[in-house]
Amino acid sequence: MALETFSYDNRIVRNFALATAFWGVVGMIVGLLIAFQMYLPSLNFGIPYTTFSRLRPVHTNAVIFAFVGNGIFMGVYYSLQRLCKARIFNDILSKLHFWGWQIIILSAALSLPLGYTLSKEYAELEWPIDVLIAVVWIIFGTNMIGTIIKRRERHMYVAIWFYIATFFTVTILHVVNSLDLPVNLLKSYPIYAGVQDALVQWWYGHNAVAFFLTTPYLGLMYYFLPKAANRPIYSYRLSIVHFWALIFIYIWAGPHHLLYTALPDWAQSLGTVFSIMLIAPSWGGMLNGLLTLRGAWDRVREDPILKFMVVAVTAYGMSTFEGPMLSIKSINALSHYTDWTIAHVHVGALGWNGLLTFGILYWLIPRLYGIKLHSVKLANYHFWIATLGIVFYAIPLYWAGITQGLMWKEFTTDGFLQYPLFLETVLQIVPMYVMRSIGGTIYIIGILFMTYNLYRTIRSGKLVTEEQVQAPAIEVAAFKDEKFSWHHRWLESRPVQFIILATIAVLIGGIIELIPTFLIKTNISTLTAVKPYSPLELEGRDIYIREGCYTCHSQMVRPFRSETERYGEYSKAGEFIYDHPFQWGSKRTGPDVHRVGGKYPDAWHYNHMVEPESMSPGSIMPQYPWLAKNQLDLSNTAVKIRIMQQLGVPYPKDFDQIAVNKLKEQAGQISKSLTEAGIDAQSNTELIAMIAYLQRLGTDIKGISKAPK
Amino acid sequence: MSVLYLLITFSLLIAGGFLIAFLWAVHNGQFDDRHTPSIRMLIDESENNKKEEEEN
Repeated sequence: MALETFSYDNRIVRNFALATAFWGVVGMIVGLLIAFQMYLPSLNFGIPYTTFSRLRPVHTNAVIFAFVGNGIFMGVYYSLQRLCKARIFNDILSKLHFWGWQIIILSAALSLPLGYTLSKEYAELEWPIDVLIAVVWIIFGTNMIGTIIKRRERHMYVAIWFYIATFFTVTILHVVNSLDLPVNLLKSYPIYAGVQDALVQWWYGHNAVAFFLTTPYLGLMYYFLPKAANRPIYSYRLSIVHFWALIFIYIWAGPHHLLYTALPDWAQSLGTVFSIMLIAPSWGGMLNGLLTLRGAWDRVREDPILKFMVVAVTAYGMSTFEGPMLSIKSINALSHYTDWTIAHVHVGALGWNGLLTFGILYWLIPRLYGIKLHSVKLANYHFWIATLGIVFYAIPLYWAGITQGLMWKEFTTDGFLQYPLFLETVLQIVPMYVMRSIGGTIYIIGILFMTYNLYRTIRSGKLVTEEQVQAPAIEVAAFKDEKFSWHHRWLESRPVQFIILATIAVLIGGIIELIPTFLIKTNISTLTAVKPYSPLELEGRDIYIREGCYTCHSQMVRPFRSETERYGEYSKAGEFIYDHPFQWGSKRTGPDVHRVGGKYPDAWHYNHMVEPESMSPGSIMPQYPWLAKNQLDLSNTAVKIRIMQQLGVPYPKDFDQIAVNKLKEQAGQISKSLTEAGIDAQSNTELIAMIAYLQRLGTDIKGISKAPK
Repeated sequence: MSVLYLLITFSLLIAGGFLIAFLWAVHNGQFDDRHTPSIRMLIDESENNKKEEEEN
């Protein structure tokens, strides 16, 4: 058979590799900064843009989409060409993909500190960036599927299946979760409200973990681990079985993020059941990876690359054991909202994604540059430092999470809360926050070692941009099967295009036309006491979102005695129907605020926002003095009201025209009450709106303690 | 809670897509050979690797 000569594009792989290392350093340094801010809030230097609540999404987005994202593309572009024995589909698409993705990252790094956020975790970016993400992602998919179609190897190695599942699922997740109505170019409201928004968000959020941090990285493991060990995967059969099991089960596990919330019980149970089932396919992958090294453990002792990979796969096994465990309701009751979750995700991110990425970089860069790694010894040091860093990071946070969770629930023998002051439970774990930041520092020192090592390697080598290869063309006869008619054969031989076309058709037809109206109809209040926000409260809510208050404060009182004693009546689904987006939060660094309305006087909130320690000595909340200075922007108030009306919020007809007057009226009342308390506050500042919102929170159903569901 | 039906629909759509892909793969014979693919992926034909192998 005739041999075809072609070349692999290594430049695009190199570009993504450099971006991976670069954004890894950036994302982790931002993470370290906010880890310090957890106990030294003044480390925001008094600047809004560097305050914890705005930087936390920068950190999560940078690590997930910039570091791991570029890592995925690096690994896919390298391995797919070799597994398909074909050059990547289109060089121009590769370039568009690379630069498009970097532009997305840059616009995220700019817009999030500036406060342009949707406040939905890991989907914070505003709608123009969301559109760009969709476009660039489709470019990636086209390039990938194009390569698969023109492959010279009939069999698709298991890693390719993981890549396809990643592309297909993330497309749908991203589109469904990002449906917003724009107010202007930089502000939009999700079409979903309250419980519905929460469910869509965590359906997305969980699957983002599943299909962005897990499946593509499993694909990379299946390629790079055997390559680095130079031995076949332990069981190819197991890899196939666990792949299909994993992707079929993963998509149903999302509701475990909403246990004991206002989500219907049956949906919670569904999430729990599928989460527990997940342990089987997850551990299938872990065991397959580890057993690949059976009989080669002597090489693991010497080779830092294998060491990185072994610990990465072990971390994957640990976090996928812990995940199902945290999905059990009784454990979740203790762990949720505490630092336990943070420890859990960092075992995954630092251990699984981080160490696997490092292993791949150490393996890949020398090969791309046709040279040996600058220093194996330094890589070994990096391995030990990174592993130690993870230990020092995770253990204090597990300790902190369990300690605080227990303290929240502790009652005295007389039946009162043992620690009625939330701050007490925070101060107890501050030493753990200090230790965590030390662990993070250690881990970052490791990645700096790597950067230096790779830099030296690159400097002394020369990039093999075009790697010449020869491979026989695929026998076309294999695709011909006389049993099928041509159209049947067309579909059979192009399943992926078929799926994508069908998906696009469904997305366009279904989502844009039907779903918004269908959802709005069901947003009609079930609790008659619940009323839409006043214009001032709505503006205040947008400031709450802009500042990222949800990163530390939940708005979801769970139905436990320990929580109703501390915060008040537990939260009901019907209370959130005008919340676009929902603000339930996922972490309580500060107390829940769903019932904060009416709890303190306006003056307390004013002083507390300007200087938290004046009201709660020892508080680790950052100061927000700029809220008392910034003028409230009223230019969009009318548009916001109209958008809310479109979303089904029942403001009276033509309310948008009197909204600003209503707003000023309410602001005047609040500033009057502040003046009476001896505070000289302008009625046109952002803080007035924020106080209006906080005082409104959770007050609608006060006095109706037996409210219907 | 109508959004549940929406999400279940989309989840089923994803699962359905996976199912079609799975059936195609089985029908196409992708999983007939459960051994050699794991070895074949270890072998690269590029000039670099040949050099590397010679060195070893």
